Amino acid sequence: MDYETLNENVKKCQYAVRGELYLRASELQKEGKKIIFTNVGNPHALGQKPLTFPRQVVALCQAPFMLDDPNVGLVFPADAIARAKHYLALTSGGLGAYSDSRGLPGIRKEVAEFIERRDGYPSDPELIFLTDGASKGVMQILNTIIRGAHDGILVPVPQYPLYSATIALFGGSLVPYYLEETANWGLDIVNLRQSVAQARSQGITVRAMVIINPGNPTGQCLSEANLKEVLNFCYQNNLVLLADEVYQQNIYQDERPFISARKVLMNMGPPISKECQLVSFHTVSKGYWGECGQRGGYFEMTNIPPKAVEEIYKVASISLSPNVPAQIFMGLMVNPPKPGDISYERYARESKGILESLRRRAQIMTDGFNSCRNVVCNFTEGAMYSFPQIRLPPKAIEAAKNAGKVPDVFYCLKLLEATGISTVPGSGFGQKEGVFHLRTTILPAEEDMPAIMASFKKFNDEFMEQYEDYKGYSRM
Amino acid sequence: MRKFAAEKSRDILAHRKISSSVLHHPTASLSSSSHPQKPLSRSSAALLLRFLSTTASPNPSTDSMASDYSSTPVKIDTINPKVLECEYAVRGEIVTLAQILYCNIGNPQSLGQQPITFFREVLALCDHPAILDKSETQGLFSADSIERAFQILDQIPGRATGAYSHSQGIKGLRDAICAGIEARDGFPADPNDIFLTDGASPAVHMMMQLLIRSKDDGILCPIPQYPLYSASIALHGGTLVPYYLDEATGWGLEISELKKQLESVKSKGISVRALVVINPGNPTGQVLAENNQQQIVDFCRKEGLVLLADEVYQENIYVPDKQFHSFKKVARSMGYGEKDISLVSFQSVSKGYYGECGKRGGYMEVTGFSPDIREQIYKVSSVNLCSNISGQILASLVMNPPKVGDESYESYFAEKDAILSSLARRAKSLEEAFNGLEGVTCNRAEGAMYLFPRIHLPKKAIEAAKAVNSAPDAFYARRLLNATGIVVVPGSGFGQVAGTWHIRCTILPQEDRIPAIISRLTEFHKGFMDEFLD
Repeated sequence: MDYETLNENVKKCQYAVRGELYLRASELQKEGKKIIFTNVGNPHALGQKPLTFPRQVVALCQAPFMLDDPNVGLVFPADAIARAKHYLALTSGGLGAYSDSRGLPGIRKEVAEFIERRDGYPSDPELIFLTDGASKGVMQILNTIIRGAHDGILVPVPQYPLYSATIALFGGSLVPYYLEETANWGLDIVNLRQSVAQARSQGITVRAMVIINPGNPTGQCLSEANLKEVLNFCYQNNLVLLADEVYQQNIYQDERPFISARKVLMNMGPPISKECQLVSFHTVSKGYWGECGQRGGYFEMTNIPPKAVEEIYKVASISLSPNVPAQIFMGLMVNPPKPGDISYERYARESKGILESLRRRAQIMTDGFNSCRNVVCNFTEGAMYSFPQIRLPPKAIEAAKNAGKVPDVFYCLKLLEATGISTVPGSGFGQKEGVFHLRTTILPAEEDMPAIMASFKKFNDEFMEQYEDYKGYSRM
Repeated sequence: MRKFAAEKSRDILAHRKISSSVLHHPTASLSSSSHPQKPLSRSSAALLLRFLSTTASPNPSTDSMASDYSSTPVKIDTINPKVLECEYAVRGEIVTLAQILYCNIGNPQSLGQQPITFFREVLALCDHPAILDKSETQGLFSADSIERAFQILDQIPGRATGAYSHSQGIKGLRDAICAGIEARDGFPADPNDIFLTDGASPAVHMMMQLLIRSKDDGILCPIPQYPLYSASIALHGGTLVPYYLDEATGWGLEISELKKQLESVKSKGISVRALVVINPGNPTGQVLAENNQQQIVDFCRKEGLVLLADEVYQENIYVPDKQFHSFKKVARSMGYGEKDISLVSFQSVSKGYYGECGKRGGYMEVTGFSPDIREQIYKVSSVNLCSNISGQILASLVMNPPKVGDESYESYFAEKDAILSSLARRAKSLEEAFNGLEGVTCNRAEGAMYLFPRIHLPKKAIEAAKAVNSAPDAFYARRLLNATGIVVVPGSGFGQVAGTWHIRCTILPQEDRIPAIISRLTEFHKGFMDEFLD
């Protein structure tokens, strides 16, 4: 086997989050440089502690012989012990047995109940499939939809590159629709229509539309009106809506709380509520849980015909089952300790602490970027990222070209080498021609933030000094 | 094609008065009983029965849903045809009746096999490292499990088991796995060659994705095979090139057969890219002899094929005259290095004596590929970020279990030995039982977890099967299920020589249930033969 004879789709696929910048950062780290990894939404890697209660429960489930030990109460609270017994009873032989390929029925039921409480509409556990992370779910659904290069998937630009990578891997076509940076990364329905029309004129059948709400990397939270617009658009254009809602717990402003696409769809009533197709994705990796390493997620299908559901189930069954510990994390996330439970206060305190800190850090970072020369940054309304626009001077762009690098890659590499801050260049997410960004996370510890922003500012000042035509150039 | 045997299930379920619309109604519960021995409660009595059939055509739509899906974007005739094409027999059965004996899937812990205590102790501590420093913890856990947990957590920055790791898996764990591979084989392993995955299956998919460009790319697969391979090849749009294992010689793998199939398909314009070998075999259970493995290595080198070595049953060997040799060890022993053969070895935490299916842990060891290909493998792995950390830790434990002198060694070894010797006994009992049935021949299970007896079905039975649009082995399996509650997988799910019929039966039910299984099976088979023999 040689490089030439590899599947072309594999060669085409790109995933910047662990691409060039990350690899360079890892090299530098090996050489002893201190690196601050802000390339991926990986809270625990940056010091966020896991919530105590779920870890207690899953540890007990791993070692059920402890439950019979008289000393177990010395190390674990009674409600964690009870909850471990509850989940073990839902399994078909403990954590070590394959579950139903769609996930344990008892946990899918808990997820359905969570969705019903959240949205006010009943949800069917049979249409909820647990997966090894939301990414696997996205890949499964896209694999089902994409038949070939003539199938197009509408993807926001900027987007989380799981979508572009997966579409490339499955040989489909990515149909971009641009979010409007000057309108806080808002949806531009005119652009959306144009994108679809253009794709169709090229012989592409547009099959699905991806929305990421809250957005990644952009952080914007969609309003109910926005979601209605999107749903109407999908319905009119015969598209299945893929709603990536993994950041639904990460909301840092009060004007636009999270509202699920499903809730809006149901609110709109028939016929659209009974016909418009929707798949919603969620995970244990984000929110205030941040349990990325568990690989736990689910997707929920709405208005997908039974036969298609069967086929999706069939493909899920090839991988036998999603990992059982993560299924338990999911159950715990949708069914956390309640007021009155022994562990409730601690759980609430830990959760609140994380969310409030994230909100503060979102602000610190936005303000920090906005105070820098040639940098403009929309506020991080939600999710975990900051996506500042860096207005690179023409000389910098030229220098990048000479170095054989895309301009924002050039900037980010220099930033990395100067400060150890490892970001992902905006080109990894998509952006308008000639406009450059970088994505960083808001996850470094709050106490480290001032130093990080100061370090960035210093680097940026020097960079701009070096590449601008004249000194004292004020921010545009 | 998979088929909803709607009529059949109605017959079976008639006494429960379940209407056929249950089969298609999305709110019908598909939950199976949580423990095979518990009879099904009324409340979870929504039942669904499906069987494989190689001759069946898909059921006409009995969709009783109110909405008309005809204009929606995602419906059965607009989804990816490769999805429709792919089949996976092992979970073709979803059955819930009273007293089910699940012999259809290699899922040991669902049938009462206990996990290895030491492994679970370490995993529990890694899941909740906060308790490591408490003195009370020492009262609950063995000292060496605490020590191992510390060792492992020291390999993880910030002890953060909830963080995404390196996309190939945590470096320290890969080092431990390499140490285990070296101890097993006597040849070193490189942690950069290891890709930890959520079970071995995703790793197989990754390789198929890399290797298959179009329908003109073929992958040589054993027949019978574990249907992950056929399903994955179909999903990735390639061509499965079968090579037949020889039942008469204990499922022997003949190089002449490989050559014959390769030549035949080359002449049709197919470019064969890889050879899949499952050793020990699934469903066939044979363990390859070392010289046979040498021939296979030479064949792959000569023909420029990637050798995909599924070695997930490497710790399931039941006969004294056979031993597991990894293909890497064989290749290196022959003097072949990195530049000489492209080899991917798959291992999993799901089998062996540990049977940790639900954890989804495994890895592939990738050797003999150029750096630019390895970069692509890394890139594809990175899209999913990483495999689950607990599974990674478990893989490192499996490849590096307690050693002589460790505090937990004796209890670990006792647990391991008990499980493996019990599996060997069950393999023997069931093999003898099958061979004692009229018209049934069964090769011994030298390894893995299955028996694959051949049922010489009478003509009348074959005709009866055809009459209900069912493959003969599926017909037999369904009858077996109805009569005894024993669930097996029809041989057609794995592939077999045309005109021969088999079933795959696991050796996993607990030892104390084996006599009951054997007596029910024997009684059923006698009745079946009485009915269909002239």
